Amino acid sequence: MSADFYYGVEVFLNGLMAGVLYALVALGFVLIYKASGIFNYAQGVMALFAALTLASIIEGQVPFARLINATFGTEIHDFGWRVPVLLAIVLSIGVMVAFAWLVQRLVFRHLVGQAPIILFMATIGLAYFLEGFGDLMWGSEIKTLDIGIPQGGNRWIEEHSAFLGGDDFYGFFIDNLDIVAALVAAVLVAGLVAFAQYSKQGRAMRAVADDHQAALSVGISLDFIWVLVWSLAGFVALVAGVMWGAKSGVQFSLSLIALKALPVLMLGGFTSIPGAIVGGLIIGVGEKLFEYLVGAPYLGGATENWFAYVVALLFLVFRPQGLFGEKIIERV
Amino acid sequence: MFYREAGDFKTSYKADNQTFPIRFDRYRFYAVLAVAWLVIPFVINDYLANAILLPFLIYSIAAIGLNILTGFAGQVSLGTGGFMAVGAYSAYKLMTAFPDVNVLIHVVLAGFITAAVGAAFGLPSLRIKGFYLAVATLAAQFFLVWLFNKVAWFYNYSASGQINAPERTVLGVPVTGANTAPWAAYLVCLGFVTVAALIARNLTRGTLGRKWMAIRDMDIAAEIIGVNPLTAKLSAFAVSSFFVGVAGALFFAIYLGAVEVGEAFGIQKSFLVLFMVIIGGLGSIFGSFAGAAFLVTLPVVLKLVGVDLLGWPTDLVAHFQLVIIGALIMFFLIAEPHGLAQLWRVAKEKLRLWPFPH
Repeated sequence: MSADFYYGVEVFLNGLMAGVLYALVALGFVLIYKASGIFNYAQGVMALFAALTLASIIEGQVPFARLINATFGTEIHDFGWRVPVLLAIVLSIGVMVAFAWLVQRLVFRHLVGQAPIILFMATIGLAYFLEGFGDLMWGSEIKTLDIGIPQGGNRWIEEHSAFLGGDDFYGFFIDNLDIVAALVAAVLVAGLVAFAQYSKQGRAMRAVADDHQAALSVGISLDFIWVLVWSLAGFVALVAGVMWGAKSGVQFSLSLIALKALPVLMLGGFTSIPGAIVGGLIIGVGEKLFEYLVGAPYLGGATENWFAYVVALLFLVFRPQGLFGEKIIERV
Repeated sequence: MFYREAGDFKTSYKADNQTFPIRFDRYRFYAVLAVAWLVIPFVINDYLANAILLPFLIYSIAAIGLNILTGFAGQVSLGTGGFMAVGAYSAYKLMTAFPDVNVLIHVVLAGFITAAVGAAFGLPSLRIKGFYLAVATLAAQFFLVWLFNKVAWFYNYSASGQINAPERTVLGVPVTGANTAPWAAYLVCLGFVTVAALIARNLTRGTLGRKWMAIRDMDIAAEIIGVNPLTAKLSAFAVSSFFVGVAGALFFAIYLGAVEVGEAFGIQKSFLVLFMVIIGGLGSIFGSFAGAAFLVTLPVVLKLVGVDLLGWPTDLVAHFQLVIIGALIMFFLIAEPHGLAQLWRVAKEKLRLWPFPH
């Protein structure tokens, strides 16, 4: 086997790892969509906001510092302490739960029964709001998020795979962070599936996803379930935000991962958790391989921006509900 | 007292189908047109034109276009920015390839090119519906922006990757390029807006518009009563893209003058136009204008209040702007999901019955 082939394999492996991260974001979409029929465009901004909150809490930053300074002419910036990572994570989860409760209470409770497109628009509004709010609260400069995840290439894999490709090949380069992300994603998915299958709240959640009115009539509180689902999505957003934030810094572009997750959803189906995972892996591998084999040599590169969408589009023409989505039945 | 008709005495379909059945409305419409055509060109200045009037007029065309697709035909599109880019780049290529042809003709041709591209990207709508379609139109957005970035032929191999509008004249008056007087740019845009609104209004109340609305309300049922979904959906995409393309061409040639595709026609633009349509009111021509006016003036007002009045730094005001726009969108959707046009309609109904509402 030539070295080129092994570089292709390396691209494939890295694509798998990127796909895991896409799947993490897509998972948050699926959770909310299944339970409430809301297509939550704000998921990416939620990830940004969660990561921003975590990074700022660790640094002990004063919320709304810039606003306070501009209004009262003061010069405050931080409290002067650093919060331990674990405590900061707990606090961030608290913030996301409070956020979920507020969103449910102030916005989506008033929109029950509206057309899906109206709900979708509302989440775009929410995305704008949250983006501005996060910047107001914590400032818009790029933050580094260091919570002790190892970074850089994994030496062990590199050394133990170098013999495969002969003299031109130096082993697979795989980022430690990606490996951690893949493990975390696996644990998270297993946890979510177990929660949905075996816990009381999880069962109620699935009942609501199945049929709102039937769930109401057996005494399930829709309000509670929706807050729960938004909290879970907030938690998933936190995890995704931490992974992406540790990779490339906590900044605005983090919120654009929502756009990466959309084709994943189309491919996997909006209503399926396994679909989000498989779709994420396919998109991750597909776009990396396409860029490596076709995009960079022949098309001038940067095909990753649209490749996923075009694949999803072509795919949907043949299977409109995605790989694992519920079959769309139309009645007149 | 004067805002009503004296009973319902219509004797012809023509009278029944009037756009402005109430005489007051009709005169108001003429008055608005007269002010727009005869007064504003004489009082316009650079700031007014560039901050408010030009973007308002151009976004109105784009919003009318998207409203035809989303509000009348029910196909949600997030590719508006990409289609505007098609309009801008085809106008640029035409302007540089045929310098002797009038620029107004180029703008219209750019619209037709965009219509063809839009119809091609509309093809999947025959199979894909709802959200899946909305996300699928994002493919158009990303692919087109990438294309205009990567293929140097589109920007005539210029080193910066930008396109710059060369100076072109209409009746001897420059309308593009650096020497354009604000009133000339304004009049060109106003002309396109007036024609676009008239065409859109008359298309949507005719056969084509009714087909679109039938498709929007339920496409299977529409098919059963004899509406061909292929022609209805594709014509909606084509007509909508035509307007969006014209808007993109004007946005580039007359308003900005120089354009970098990712910056001017990115995904944010798609959302902005969609917001205009939603806030203004889906399925309403007036709503397109209202939404465009609202979202164009809001940042200007916020900047006036925040920077000039309160003395905050600009970045803080920019964050506030996001918060306020987001909150307003949610508020509007909760209070009135059918947008400003519906508020307007309700106000008119109330006025008609006033002072005896029962």
